[in-house]
Amino acid sequence: MAKRPFPIEFIVERNVEKCIACQACVRMCSNDVHSYDAETDKVTSDDSKCVACHFCEVICPTKAITIKRNTSEFRPNANWNAEVIKNVIKQAETGGVFLTGMGCDKPYPIYWDHILLNASQVTNPSIDPLREPMELRTYIGRKEDRVEIDHSKKEPALKTKLNPQLKLEIPILFSAMSYGSISLNACKSLARAAESLKIFYNTGEGGLHKDLYRYRENTIVQVASGRFGVHKKYLEAGATIEIKLGQGAKPGIGGHLPGEKVSEDVSQTRMIPVGTDALSPAPHHDIYSIEDLKQLIFALKEVTRYKKPVGVKISAVHNVAPIVSGIVRAGADFVSIDGLRGGTGAAPTVMRDNVGIPIELAIAVADTRLREEGIRNRASLIAAGGIRCSSDIVKAIALGADAVYIGTAALVAMGCNLCQKCYTGKCNWGIATQDPYLTKRLNPDIGARRLENLIKAWSLEIKEMLGGMGINSIESLRGNREQLRGIDLSDTDLNLLGIKPAGSAW
Amino acid sequence: MDKILIKEEYCMGCRLCEVYCLVQHSKTKNIIKAYKGEYPKPISRIIVEEKGYVSFALQCRHCEDAPCLDACMSGAMHRDEKTNAVLCDEEKCVGCWMCVMSCPFGVISRNVDGKKIASKCDLCINEEEPVCVKNCPNEAIVMIREKKK
Amino acid sequence: MKYLIIGNSVSAVAAIEGIRSQDKKGEITVISNEPYYNYSRPLISYFLGEKILLKDMSFRSKDFYEKNKIKLILNVNADRVDAKKKYVVLSDKRKLNFDKLLIASGGVPIISEIKNSDPDSVFTFTNLNDAVKMKKYIKTKKVKKAAVLGGGLIGLKVTEALIELGVKVTIIELADRILAASFDKKASNIIQKALEKIGCGLITNNTVSEIIKDKSGNIKKLVLKNKKTLDTDLLITAIGVNPNKKLAEEAALKTDKGILVDVYMRTNVKDIYAAGDCASARDLLLSVNRPIAIWPAAARQGKVAGYNMAGGRKKYAGSFAMNSVELCGIPTISVGETNPAGKGYEVLEEKDDKKSLYKKLVLKDNKIVGVILVGDIDRGGIYTGLIKEAVDLSSCFSAEGGSASGGKGCLLKEDFGLISLPKEYRKHLVAGEAAII
Repeated sequence: MAKRPFPIEFIVERNVEKCIACQACVRMCSNDVHSYDAETDKVTSDDSKCVACHFCEVICPTKAITIKRNTSEFRPNANWNAEVIKNVIKQAETGGVFLTGMGCDKPYPIYWDHILLNASQVTNPSIDPLREPMELRTYIGRKEDRVEIDHSKKEPALKTKLNPQLKLEIPILFSAMSYGSISLNACKSLARAAESLKIFYNTGEGGLHKDLYRYRENTIVQVASGRFGVHKKYLEAGATIEIKLGQGAKPGIGGHLPGEKVSEDVSQTRMIPVGTDALSPAPHHDIYSIEDLKQLIFALKEVTRYKKPVGVKISAVHNVAPIVSGIVRAGADFVSIDGLRGGTGAAPTVMRDNVGIPIELAIAVADTRLREEGIRNRASLIAAGGIRCSSDIVKAIALGADAVYIGTAALVAMGCNLCQKCYTGKCNWGIATQDPYLTKRLNPDIGARRLENLIKAWSLEIKEMLGGMGINSIESLRGNREQLRGIDLSDTDLNLLGIKPAGSAW
Repeated sequence: MDKILIKEEYCMGCRLCEVYCLVQHSKTKNIIKAYKGEYPKPISRIIVEEKGYVSFALQCRHCEDAPCLDACMSGAMHRDEKTNAVLCDEEKCVGCWMCVMSCPFGVISRNVDGKKIASKCDLCINEEEPVCVKNCPNEAIVMIREKKK
Repeated sequence: MKYLIIGNSVSAVAAIEGIRSQDKKGEITVISNEPYYNYSRPLISYFLGEKILLKDMSFRSKDFYEKNKIKLILNVNADRVDAKKKYVVLSDKRKLNFDKLLIASGGVPIISEIKNSDPDSVFTFTNLNDAVKMKKYIKTKKVKKAAVLGGGLIGLKVTEALIELGVKVTIIELADRILAASFDKKASNIIQKALEKIGCGLITNNTVSEIIKDKSGNIKKLVLKNKKTLDTDLLITAIGVNPNKKLAEEAALKTDKGILVDVYMRTNVKDIYAAGDCASARDLLLSVNRPIAIWPAAARQGKVAGYNMAGGRKKYAGSFAMNSVELCGIPTISVGETNPAGKGYEVLEEKDDKKSLYKKLVLKDNKIVGVILVGDIDRGGIYTGLIKEAVDLSSCFSAEGGSASGGKGCLLKEDFGLISLPKEYRKHLVAGEAAII
């Protein structure tokens, strides 16, 4: 045996009775799994190449295909499970570092699933969202310590000058996903949905493509360590600027866009040569202390004439609470915290799965610390990293977030099935690729519509949950830990989250 | 009249439009029977052209000034009064292929498995919506409805 | 308004539709010298070969003339046209006045000089009566062998029909190959081989000079130009058709090979139009006026003539030779200048003898001017469209087309289609109608 073949992950099961050999799967699979034999008039599959993206399963007109886990089993071993065995085999074969995409898939506890919401009953009546107005609108930015009203004139007027704010109709934003890691059609879908929902999407560290400038009022532009695509027009285009110091999926290391995905268009937008890997360094090479960060924040505020909020994105690590405090004191108008489960286009698997802490804990401790220091009003907190449904959002806000970023959920809405092969650039759904043959598959009309549907559905659910709690505005939910109870959590967890255990009253 | 719009930038080249068109114009209208065993074998009236990564589906344009109507020697090609679509009466068609020769879009096919006849898009005249429009997974084939007065 | 149409084939019917699109009230009278209310001439070979029945020969519905309020006069010939006084004299002595006249008298078969020939022994094959007569003759005289003089389209169609009836046929052609006008040697070869396979005989570079009859006066033998003889029970002459311009000539209308018309289908006399096989209208490719005796041209000319007779002002864009015919189960298409003579032409060819496939494109100044397709005619109309619009194809030539032909081989490839044309032209081609690509 010259070379030991990689263990097969998935089996393509084809119901031969139903298969009409239309060859749609043959044509569509970017991994060349399916092939047609004209002699026998049959379609067959090479299981070793399948990544379980499910495109063929979805497109098959007779639903003849089912993707299954490879049932070839090892002897049961609680410590050496199949996955770790296969990983050692692969690394022994190649000597390489595992790359992966999307967010941490390891079975660490998911705190969202251990938090329960309250509902009003006898004394504090619940509100029916279909009959009473519910406000989901929120504002991101620095709030003043005090607000002074001028009563001297006929109408009371605001004396204090307010800081620039981002107005969100719904407390949900689309996470930073760079053009390059995802296709232009995916960016267009996000931008169009953000525009119609009156929320925002984030450019990520890929710069802003010229076709997307028209959505500028709903764009957050990001300044990352590689400074890709950062120029004056770019900074002036966005509604706000976010300095990226870290990312939940790979805290401590920089971004990575493999050269296969740097096409002509990506190269122009990012201002780098075609085909070269776009590596963002771990630190910003002009930020080595908190004072340096303050300097950059104010430099950006100068450039934008103090008319836009400038924020900072960090990954949730052990010392997230004091870090957030320092950033707020450095003048940031908002801090985005990206937790352990945050997604990525490409990262070393070992970093993605082992570095960082869950966002539930990070948000709770950051919010608590800022309140204790009396500076909570100086910056908004945005939670990111594995928000999967509307209940996660309600819990995140109750734990202290002003709004949430969704990344993975947005991609799944557009078609992603989390095969985690984004780094290959062969995304069959036309999302994480620059191959023109594949990017066609994401029609922004459909992508934007699906995103709008998702967010609309979630807002209705959020309103239901708020109404159930007897609250009619997101502002009243923020940091309202009293609405949460923990279940099956240790005392330490409950302390960190700042919530009571289920069963205990006020 | 109602028109079918094709968006070349969203066609994936999956050819599902051909599959559904074929099934719609089969005897049994059952996808598995249509492909496995129906005689004469039904054909699709929509043709997908592909070159490199560009692809799009072409079907009869139901032209206002249709060359196939001039060319038909048997009177099989006619215009439907209600929808203004150009239709081929399969009973009348003798398979002379004058229409195949005249159509500048090349969207008339020779249906030769059984009786030799010319086959082309009929706008799925008995359905609510043409099946290609209904089933395109990426909305690359869209229907523009005529504004009813 | 009184409209009078001489003739009742495709031009006349198209003219009726043209007139009625503009004038729903005017009186339309149609004169036909045949007994049938409506039938398609090209289908007579299908009738002879028993592929379709007499009742299915029409190309318009039974109530077409009623719905369009047409006065249809059958079995009467138009004998004379008085262009100045605006009336037509019929063979039954009637005089019909007109405000607008359309002469759609079609064509007449060319009869060559053959010793001992007479209308009963030499059959023509241009109208339904010819086919009916021939069918009866074959039955009653128990015809076993037939000779077809002329290897053109009509000759080959009648040959096919006769073979369907179980008759052994020999074709006698003056040129060196069948379909000399529309095909080149390579294409003709393929069909000739196929004809040989089904037992059809072929004699080229020859013609018939004398008929020898038996004692009962039936045809028995032919003497050819080269003195050789051929036994036969039936002789059909199909050496061509001339425009039927007698009426026009006698009325002092301008004619060349046919009745001359301008781009509005008008003759040189006011209110008199001509269309169809009898007319000499614009040939788009050769840029001259000449009769083009094909169905689509006749239909288009009739429509334009009718439209203009009723007060419209449409121009006839012109046409060119085009024919689609399936012989021995092999579909073929020939369009435009298929046998180019002179300088400036470029020929692209592809042949597969085993599969009986042949593809030929004739280019001039990077534009297609002629096409021959044998065996595989799928989507052949695309070439016709490119000829009609005189599209410059230089931007389509590519490296994949093969450097030998300067990249033009891509035109012959199976995947040649609208996708090979520049995107802007594609959009123009399609956006004008229904869809945007």
